[in-house]
Amino acid sequence: MEEISKNHEVIMIGAGPTALTAAIYTTREDIETLLFERGAIGGLAAVTDHIDNYPGFPDGVDGLVLADSMRKQAERFGAKIELGEVTAIAKDKNGIKLTTTSGEMHCKALLIATGSDYKKIGVPGEQEYYARGVHYCATCDGAFYRDKKIVVVGGGNSAAQEAVFLTRFASHIDMLVRADHFRASDVLQDEVAKHKDKITVHFNTTTDEIVGEDGKVIKVIGTDKASGKKKDFETDGVFIFAGLNPNTQFLNGTGIELDAIGLIKTNDDLMTNIDGVFAAGDVRHGATMQIASATGEGATVALRIREYLEGHKVINE
Amino acid sequence: MVKNITIFTTNTCAYCVMVKKYLTNKGVGYEEVNLDQNPERQAEAQKLSGALTVPVTVVTHQDDSQDVIVGFNLGRLAPAVS
Repeated sequence: MEEISKNHEVIMIGAGPTALTAAIYTTREDIETLLFERGAIGGLAAVTDHIDNYPGFPDGVDGLVLADSMRKQAERFGAKIELGEVTAIAKDKNGIKLTTTSGEMHCKALLIATGSDYKKIGVPGEQEYYARGVHYCATCDGAFYRDKKIVVVGGGNSAAQEAVFLTRFASHIDMLVRADHFRASDVLQDEVAKHKDKITVHFNTTTDEIVGEDGKVIKVIGTDKASGKKKDFETDGVFIFAGLNPNTQFLNGTGIELDAIGLIKTNDDLMTNIDGVFAAGDVRHGATMQIASATGEGATVALRIREYLEGHKVINE
Repeated sequence: MVKNITIFTTNTCAYCVMVKKYLTNKGVGYEEVNLDQNPERQAEAQKLSGALTVPVTVVTHQDDSQDVIVGFNLGRLAPAVS
């Protein structure tokens, strides 16, 4: 087992498309780089069944395959990925000090690219039945619903994509969409329509409560916004894809400036209000939450980090 | 001391990959039960974890006590295999 060094040129928190791309760029410039990942390498891209809008794959690509290809590419140039968590960040006289599950670490420049996770909708039963009937990862948990009924909550790209994925297992899917239309792309809407034998879409329908019995989910109670009437959807499980929450809770108390929903504010160089601390990808205020733009931001921030390190080298000399 | 480790996985589960990668990096061996290939063992995973999810990692110690870890949870996995 390789012992991990404590001092680094660049540390990146997260190993999703943004950080993996940034690491490809920094390590190709011989800038020593360590990434910390507490979840899945590849982030949400890795838990997405199929990705059709990332360039270079005319037939689309499985999220897990894309994530693993990015990891291999970054590691080919020398990026190191540590499976662990960063719990505190502070400036010190030599740069930035991190408290991590692998001990104290130091770096000259830090990239925060922790991305986002699927949002909780905050209805009764959601927490109580988490992983026992309420799920946020179709590729992880869909296999438990062979020949069973499922409710999918959401009307965006993720909800549509994962509902289509879940048709491999489920006998029937009720899709509850709060708005009167999909936010998903036309292509994904067409995919949902192709599975109309299995997927019933309910527009204008809120998700109000997840109800269980004997430790199992038995139904979702929703409201038809047009009529105001409550409606029961009998189901064995609920998959929720209703927007994203930035992974920035660990930054509380660091002084790094966040916006009202917790996204990190940066300047034009993708640097936060703390010198040497950069942010990019889904976690950044202004991000467009696409894999292609995440990799683009990864390349941009890597170049800005290189300039930052070069500027500091000159000053230090 | 760890006697053996069993991981319940599926083909498409990214967090299953992470558990396997973590154990491989630590030089710890494991048996994998892929529920896509062995759906008849799904109930076993569910009974052990109380959850309808993978990965489920079952760490059996020398005294036959067990740690059952749901998901890629480093806070529980690391001490269980140390």
